[in-house]
Amino acid sequence: MPYQQDCTVLSLRALNEKAYEMILEAGGIAEEAKPGQFVNIKCGEGHLLRRPISICETSAMQLRLVFEVRGEGTEWLSERQIDDQVSVLGPLGRGFDAEGKRALFIGGGIGVPPLLWAAESAASADAALGFATEKRSLLLADFARVCGQAAVATDDGSLGLRGTAIDAAEKLLAQNTYDLICACGPKILLRRAAELAAARGIPCQISMEERMGCGVGACLVCAVKLRDKNGEAYYGHVCKDGPVFSSEEVVFDD
Amino acid sequence: MTDLRVDLAGVELKNPIVVASGTYGFGHEYGQFYDLSELGAICVKGLTPVRRDGNPPPRIAETPAGILNSVGLQNPGVDAFIAEEMPFLRQYDVKIIANISGNTPEEYGLMCEKLSDAGVDLIEVNISCPNVKAGGLAYGTKPELAAEVTEIAKKHSTVPVMVKLSPNVTDVVEIAKAVENAGADALSLINTLLGMRIDIHTRRPILKNNMGGLSGPAVFPVAVRMVYQVRRATKLPILGMGGVAKGSDAAELMMAGANAVAVGTACFADAFAPLHVRDGLRAYLEEAGLNARDLTDTVQPW
Repeated sequence: MPYQQDCTVLSLRALNEKAYEMILEAGGIAEEAKPGQFVNIKCGEGHLLRRPISICETSAMQLRLVFEVRGEGTEWLSERQIDDQVSVLGPLGRGFDAEGKRALFIGGGIGVPPLLWAAESAASADAALGFATEKRSLLLADFARVCGQAAVATDDGSLGLRGTAIDAAEKLLAQNTYDLICACGPKILLRRAAELAAARGIPCQISMEERMGCGVGACLVCAVKLRDKNGEAYYGHVCKDGPVFSSEEVVFDD
Repeated sequence: MTDLRVDLAGVELKNPIVVASGTYGFGHEYGQFYDLSELGAICVKGLTPVRRDGNPPPRIAETPAGILNSVGLQNPGVDAFIAEEMPFLRQYDVKIIANISGNTPEEYGLMCEKLSDAGVDLIEVNISCPNVKAGGLAYGTKPELAAEVTEIAKKHSTVPVMVKLSPNVTDVVEIAKAVENAGADALSLINTLLGMRIDIHTRRPILKNNMGGLSGPAVFPVAVRMVYQVRRATKLPILGMGGVAKGSDAAELMMAGANAVAVGTACFADAFAPLHVRDGLRAYLEEAGLNARDLTDTVQPW
């Protein structure tokens, strides 16, 4: 069950030039959250819409959020002070289900944070993480802690493999066997992850993104094209039916 | 003790706060946060004769003090609403307003029959959706077409018919009068204002549908003005809406001429917005020593 609650900022720090980590005292929201879910945060009075932020981890009534400054709303969020209150709606959506699985986690950029808790929840986890450049990398120590192998790739080769998270994932897939792939990141990464999984007959869960309104499933704006059991396409909604979907459900057509 | 009850075309609402069609689904989502019986009425997501999938995403863009949407009437169809959603809504002590959109006058008639039989309390005839190609807005911008749809809806309904007016017209009063003469029992206004945003880096409109409907506090003064104008031109009860976000907004819209007030986009910022609007309105009425029904049309124009 979701709550709308004013949460106290316990800590806030920059992880790199764009990404921030915020820890919130979040009571029931943290208690009920599951890996891969998100919260919708009111970012000041100047913005009508809340900003959806994925949950990185929870611990004893606290939410750990990692977000990137993308516009005025997230910039406002990055400027909060310790003990400030922010209005949080959540936990929202359907997350990853990696429990008991030997899973490979493929993340790109700011798609990396929601994979961390899911990786912790898996029976065993490896990760393939991609970033534009070393300066944009994040949570590497966390993934090293929870994963057997955490391979890193950067577009410019400044850290790890030169290439993408998909290139790093292909190497791990060549050496290991997995019974689940979980992915979060840009649409092209999700599509490629889905293709890698399909080619190997491995189930795949992907976390989708779309411009969102209410965050709870009432306004129907965050449409995502899905395929039903009969193969017929229809629009589901990221906030309520997702953000995590089985890759076989999702229609990539643009 | 302030009496919050108001009458909307013979339907008694326990308070003047209604939730606006298209912002509240069929009640399930916000019903997780509070008891739906707290509301005066629920205008459900716009219904069409058969299931509609809606427009491709992105369907929303933020604007100064508002949003643009281009959902395009995604809904499961009138039959699925009656079979699957009515039983859920009927668990609550809240009036149900079915919002309908058709491509032809006959489609409106058919839906009115089905929904009347299903026992909704009121039917809101949407002749003003800016996000669909056929029907929709076309009916809301031409007085003779608006009147034709109203007549058919009335003929096929056994419950009161409320017609939702578009602000995307030169003279809203002309449409209101046409609809009143055609037998409408109530009016609701305003629907969204047609708008557009462009991403200057990609030169692409943010909405995949290019244009969409503007709602939120940005449109509130337009709503006040149109309710005021329509109040002066017709005797019909008015459900006022457009950017209402707090109790004082509801009071202002009622003063301009609304009998009840719908809250829509405000829910996205605050899930409890309809209850906060109600409580703020109640505080205002208590302070003024008025009952809700006495506030309507009390503006004293210069």
